[in-house]
Amino acid sequence: MGNDRFMDKQAVQSLIEEIRRLAQRPMRFMEVCGTHTMSIFRHGIRTLLPKEIELVSGPGCPVCVTPVGQIDQMINLSLIPGVAVATFGDMLRVPGSKGSLAEARARGGQVEVVYSPVDALMLAKDQPNGTICFLGIGFETTTPSVAATILQARENRIRNFCVYSTHKLMPPALDALMAEPDLDIDGLLCPGHVSTIIGTQAYGPISEKYGLPCVVAGFEPLDILLGVYMLVRQVVDGRCQVENAYERAVSAQGNERARRVTEAVFEPVGSRWRGLGFIDASGLALREEFGELDARCRFELKEIDIPDPKGCRCSRIIKGIETPGACPLFSNVCTPLHPVGPCMVSSEGTCAAYYKYGGILEEKIR
Amino acid sequence: MKDDRVLLDHGSGGLATKRLIEEFFLSRLANDYLSRLEDSAVVPVQEGRLAFTTDSYVVDPIFFPGGDIGSLAVHGTINDLAMQGAAPMALSMGLILEEGLMFSELERVAESISQACIEAGVAIAAADTKVVPLGKGDKIFINTSGIGRVPKGLYLGAHRARPGDVVIVSGFVGDHGAAILTARSNLSFGTEIKSDSAPLHALVSAVLERCPSDKIRLFRDPTRGGLATVLNEIAMSSNVCIEIDQDAVPIRQEVSGVCELLGLDPLYLANEGKCVVVVEEDHSQLVMDALSGLALGRHAAVIGCVKELGGVGRPVVTMNTSIGGRRIISMLSGEPLPRIC
Ligand code: SF4
Repeated sequence: MGNDRFMDKQAVQSLIEEIRRLAQRPMRFMEVCGTHTMSIFRHGIRTLLPKEIELVSGPGCPVCVTPVGQIDQMINLSLIPGVAVATFGDMLRVPGSKGSLAEARARGGQVEVVYSPVDALMLAKDQPNGTICFLGIGFETTTPSVAATILQARENRIRNFCVYSTHKLMPPALDALMAEPDLDIDGLLCPGHVSTIIGTQAYGPISEKYGLPCVVAGFEPLDILLGVYMLVRQVVDGRCQVENAYERAVSAQGNERARRVTEAVFEPVGSRWRGLGFIDASGLALREEFGELDARCRFELKEIDIPDPKGCRCSRIIKGIETPGACPLFSNVCTPLHPVGPCMVSSEGTCAAYYKYGGILEEKIR
Repeated sequence: MKDDRVLLDHGSGGLATKRLIEEFFLSRLANDYLSRLEDSAVVPVQEGRLAFTTDSYVVDPIFFPGGDIGSLAVHGTINDLAMQGAAPMALSMGLILEEGLMFSELERVAESISQACIEAGVAIAAADTKVVPLGKGDKIFINTSGIGRVPKGLYLGAHRARPGDVVIVSGFVGDHGAAILTARSNLSFGTEIKSDSAPLHALVSAVLERCPSDKIRLFRDPTRGGLATVLNEIAMSSNVCIEIDQDAVPIRQEVSGVCELLGLDPLYLANEGKCVVVVEEDHSQLVMDALSGLALGRHAAVIGCVKELGGVGRPVVTMNTSIGGRRIISMLSGEPLPRIC
């Protein structure tokens, strides 16, 4: 099952032993990315680590950091006559201030689930009488394919297609997060897939500015443990560098071609993050020359600012300051069937991970 | 046949209904009970106790690799009986057809129902057909009920698991769910995954023949919600913990591949031809022997054991992961795949 090469029990054991030997004092590391969070739970990695090492989950799930106002905006788009929004399935059940896209669909909103931005473009081709608005969401990894689709739409003069971009950039958010006074962490486990695009170089400034060890890691158990081991090593040695535990996929420079495609279509703009608030140059908007393909221009959308749902601690959970167990709504009011906040719906949300894998009980089955 | 679709008329109760029933069903399913066309079938009672169950089938798509809604409706209800150790005696079947259903599709389903009944040696003793207007159903819905005879002195149930017992699964898990998922998503993954839909009463009776029945605690078929859900139900009913080993759970490579791709967990995918057996430890080998001699049990495996309530203080299912970690296998509240059966 799975990929045995990366599951090699023996290799895992020896890494764990090394970590155990080195970790003589408590250390807190943040796994930035939701895919890491899921994998850590799925393989029971925390139950293997010594008590000294705490892994906290960070803001690395694009759905979770999308503010309520933008979700409302997506719902409004789906209710415009003649417009259908095309989205990844993950967004469907994320609650806005007045329900979710799924509920909007039940009320007559036009919502199509697609697996890629190109699928959305195909829909537009197939349905020339309506407008397809693709909900662009995600970090550096997903943006290039959306940018490429936008270029394709322009080239093929597909006029009934547009994109509502809530795309975000990881490094500025990490910078803002590290500046949080409540945050107390000893190192960052940086996301493998985002790093294939931005390269390890992207973490240099943050590591330097905050004196923070950073290690880029892949998603198999061994990758993650190697990442943790390298973080522990840095802490013990008193170093703070950017290191790469995922050399088979990530380079220092990243994928310049993909970045160029993104840059051709998008430009950095200030953006609002759930939990982190407004961060300069942390989002991506379509460049002016693509105005026709930009849902914001086409429908003259204004930003809506709406507070997070009452009682939901997502904003603190995204920052790794609290774990879902601290939320009074967790698992009684807020469940994957009736999510209150995005962290419970998104397949990579921290609350969803805790719910699915019994995270708050993990301590007791070590 | 000159009209090639089901019309509302076919549900009127008149001549068209009669023709539909005769043409599609009586010709294939004829047996002493059904052919009399009485208002109800009269089944002779034997001594002992009766198991009685019902289930509705709304699977989408109605045809999928490894089966279809017809065979599924027969197997599913037989299996519900079999899990109580009951020998199926008779089934009833209610069909709800949507106006516009192709006759060719109805024929395929009827043929498949008939095949499934013949193979399982079970008769449909009572049946009914209704037609609903276009858009008020989805092609075809089937309800089946079944009665079965429970052997004297046999008491099985999810509440009977005890610490020390062994947990066995009768074969690869997740096949049905993965088959439906791939059929529905139009994704192709190279190898076709087939549903495991199959009747389990022969398998259950083979196990009961081999192993003293008082040593067997329960059979349970992990349909909707999959293995994870069934194990949680057993743990809760019996007020115990269950511990399984990830490496011991038989999962086809194709199935884990699909799950990996779609972010699903095979432990939560439905099965339609598998059962979980909980048995007293000393007799687990007998159960394994019985299972491995059968085509349907060839890939059976001991996947874990029953434990006392542990540190969590309430019934939980835990899994020792391949890399030596532990995690909780929780009961999922969300339905990852609607209309899988
Ligand atoms: S449990 Fe629900 S309400 Fe609480 S923080 Fe998580 S998503 Fe928000």
